[in-house]
Amino acid sequence: MPLLLVSGMVLALAIPRFNLYNNYVQMLLMYVGINIILATSLNLVNGYMGEFSLAHAGFMAVGAYTSVLLTMHVLPPETLAATFPLAVLAAGAVTSLMGLLVAIPSFKVRGDYLAIITLAFLMIVKSALENIDAIGGPRGIPGIPRLTSVPWVFAWTVTLVWLIRNFVYSRYGRGVQAIREDEIASDLMSVDTRRVKILAFMLSSFCAGVAGALFAHLLQFISPRVFDIVKTTEVLIMVYLGGIASIGGSILGAAVYTLLLEILRPSTVASLLSWLPAGLFDPLNKYVISHLGVLRMIIMPLLLVLVMIYWPRGIMGKREFRIFVPRRDKEAHRQKPVTEGMSNHGVADSP
Amino acid sequence: MNPETAYWLQQALNALQLGSIYALIALGYSMVYGTLSMINFAHGDVFMVGAFLCFLVGTALGLPFVPTLLLSMCGAAVLGVTIERLAYKPLRNAPRVSAIITALGVGLILENVMLAFYPYPQNVPRLLENVTWQLGGVSISSLQLVIIGLSVALMLVLDHVVHRTPVGMAMRAISWDKSYVPLMGISVNLVISITFAIGAGLAGAAGTMYALAYPVIDPYMGILIGWKAFIAAVVGGIGNVRGAMIGAFILGAVEIMVVALLPSTYRDLVVFSLLLALIIARPHGILGQPRVQKI
Amino acid sequence: MALLTARNVAHNFGGLRAIDDFNLELSQGELMGLIGPNGAGKTTVFNLITGVYRASEGSIRFRDRELVGRTPHEITALRIARTFQNIRLFRDLSVLDNVRIAHYSQSRYSPVEAMLHAGRFRREEQRIIGHSRDLLAIFKLEHLAAETASSLPYGYQRRLEIARALATRPELLLLDEPAAGMNPAEIDQLMEFILWIRREFQLTVLLIEHQMKLVMGICERIKVLDFGKTLAEGSPAVVRSDPMVLEAYLGEKVAG
Repeated sequence: MPLLLVSGMVLALAIPRFNLYNNYVQMLLMYVGINIILATSLNLVNGYMGEFSLAHAGFMAVGAYTSVLLTMHVLPPETLAATFPLAVLAAGAVTSLMGLLVAIPSFKVRGDYLAIITLAFLMIVKSALENIDAIGGPRGIPGIPRLTSVPWVFAWTVTLVWLIRNFVYSRYGRGVQAIREDEIASDLMSVDTRRVKILAFMLSSFCAGVAGALFAHLLQFISPRVFDIVKTTEVLIMVYLGGIASIGGSILGAAVYTLLLEILRPSTVASLLSWLPAGLFDPLNKYVISHLGVLRMIIMPLLLVLVMIYWPRGIMGKREFRIFVPRRDKEAHRQKPVTEGMSNHGVADSP
Repeated sequence: MNPETAYWLQQALNALQLGSIYALIALGYSMVYGTLSMINFAHGDVFMVGAFLCFLVGTALGLPFVPTLLLSMCGAAVLGVTIERLAYKPLRNAPRVSAIITALGVGLILENVMLAFYPYPQNVPRLLENVTWQLGGVSISSLQLVIIGLSVALMLVLDHVVHRTPVGMAMRAISWDKSYVPLMGISVNLVISITFAIGAGLAGAAGTMYALAYPVIDPYMGILIGWKAFIAAVVGGIGNVRGAMIGAFILGAVEIMVVALLPSTYRDLVVFSLLLALIIARPHGILGQPRVQKI
Repeated sequence: MALLTARNVAHNFGGLRAIDDFNLELSQGELMGLIGPNGAGKTTVFNLITGVYRASEGSIRFRDRELVGRTPHEITALRIARTFQNIRLFRDLSVLDNVRIAHYSQSRYSPVEAMLHAGRFRREEQRIIGHSRDLLAIFKLEHLAAETASSLPYGYQRRLEIARALATRPELLLLDEPAAGMNPAEIDQLMEFILWIRREFQLTVLLIEHQMKLVMGICERIKVLDFGKTLAEGSPAVVRSDPMVLEAYLGEKVAG
């Protein structure tokens, strides 16, 4: 694994430096990375903890706006290349405080009611941002400096996924999953459910804030409209498509969703199929490809509905790629035969 | 009467109108949640389709108000039942979350199909003559009266159906325990289809009336209104038909009041904050009953 | 000094008085049974002791610490554990993880150490894994460590639930109908088993049970509840012939 990461980092640094791929592909890679961060962090609350949070776009918004305020009004412009990570970190920290706010109702309320509370939170954040003229109001903030780069996205993605994975394979992560399975039983089995919920929400929102910051400095424009229920829905799709309670699943879901959405563009499909003879290509182009712009927004959710019907838990539902499971946990689960010489003490061998 | 009272009476009328439309939509959410324990996130978009059906029928067929209303209600009802059969029925025994995500997907499909046909906002032709009367400083429009009157009538009919007919009883029975209802000789599928048909039909009616009151429509109009109506249903007590109505009228009143007292950009902010506060204070809603869980 | 002392405990569910004037004194090492018809309030007593409900009235003291008002996980950390009438395992998690989770309060490492897998994390995780596997071995479940809890046969699930409870290193163990669904041969084994774990883990045991064979067989003292009130308390012989108990269980005519 470390070798893979090092070579990945080297590649990530090389891409922009030597322009190994064109701008479009680089942008795509960065979006994939940001979406991976969003999906894995949402999976922590929605998948591992079994809640249904709709607030994620709201957290993204908080992170985006915080980071932009810092890079455009607080930090000295000459230092931005170096201080950008600080702005991103600060954005994540502020967002995690918002996560703490959302965690509090979760103590008393679960399931659909918590979903609605998170929805209301999202709407409130969006409305609040629309009303603060100092940060652009409904028109948003244009002209954000392009500070996000392939190496930065790679570094943040790898770091945050690693932190989330470590969290999952610790007593806190196990506590999160216990809460999902049976909250009362967890409490009775010594899990401090309040603390665990707070930690899960804070970590999840921290990552969403970082993603928002990276997103803002990639798109170079943000407005409240960008962080609405549709955005949350996109992340939900990535999580449930890839599979709940699975880090590999979230990575898969984010990658598949982002790439599929891009591939289904008229220009891409046209160039992919350009080798077809004109007799076949022209009618295809006229009736299908040129309408792909609209069709793809129908094909995507249609695919989602089909996936949900046939794989309700998503592609990797509650399962994990072995590469993400720490060795310690793999060894702990080895199935050794029962040792000799222990008396039964009334414990039968048959059920 | 003095201008102060007249002003507030006016606002009260506006609130009733808005609340009526919200109520028709909120009912659909509540009924579906009541029977299937599922949040039908596509419902707001069914409302939108209802508005577009009104537009289509009005422009293509040029029919007067009543047939247009009936056609869009029926169209919406058919849509609702179709969605249920194709997308939700296969997931009745799947984890609840899958059904919710599917509903989100269906909503997106509806929005984008409409967008494909109508990339630009459309103007709905005026199907009702709008006469305004002045009554001591309060302007009452016939359109307002029609909307409020029709909505109240539909709600009364629904209340009667849910609480006083066998079908309604079956719907309420299913909401408590799906597995035993077939043993009573009731077809669960049929009752669920009826539930969706009624809910969607009401949303279609709401769409038509909304289209007549605010004639510019676009495929994304269902999103915000749908979510607000949903939260209203929760505030009233999700799963409870009367609660949905109460919640919706509260929502209408709050919105109108906020717009009357504060700059209009604050509308959504205050509305959602108040609704949030209400939900936190009473998570099960005004008329909701928490399901007692035996530990 | 008594290990657990409940005094004048009462609990209301809205208008219903589920438990009335409940008193109990458990000495260290005792094996006591709590019996009564269905709906008598036995599981409610367990829920009150473990903090799932906060007693409306009265006091429950464990080693001279007041339990009423504490959260369940605090009470568990004070060394009281329980099993459930309807098995409440973490169904989609592995057998091993079910036991590991119960070690939550015994570890000290912080969230930061958890996210970095550094500091106290490694040492404590190894300890947890070791203790968990030891428990599984004792309960003959080690070879099923990676299996999903819900895939286990019923009897194994009951065993796992007890193993999980013991992972919290309790001094007092509350067993809620441990013999449910068992045939007579299995009940015999369970009786031997409960006696063994009491010895081996130095436990005090309070159990709810309907199977009289088990209750009369291993309990040193029995308390009988009906409609939330205590009908009788004493040794098995005393309780068995108490007329009020017979009436509650078998009906007026038989008792008379």
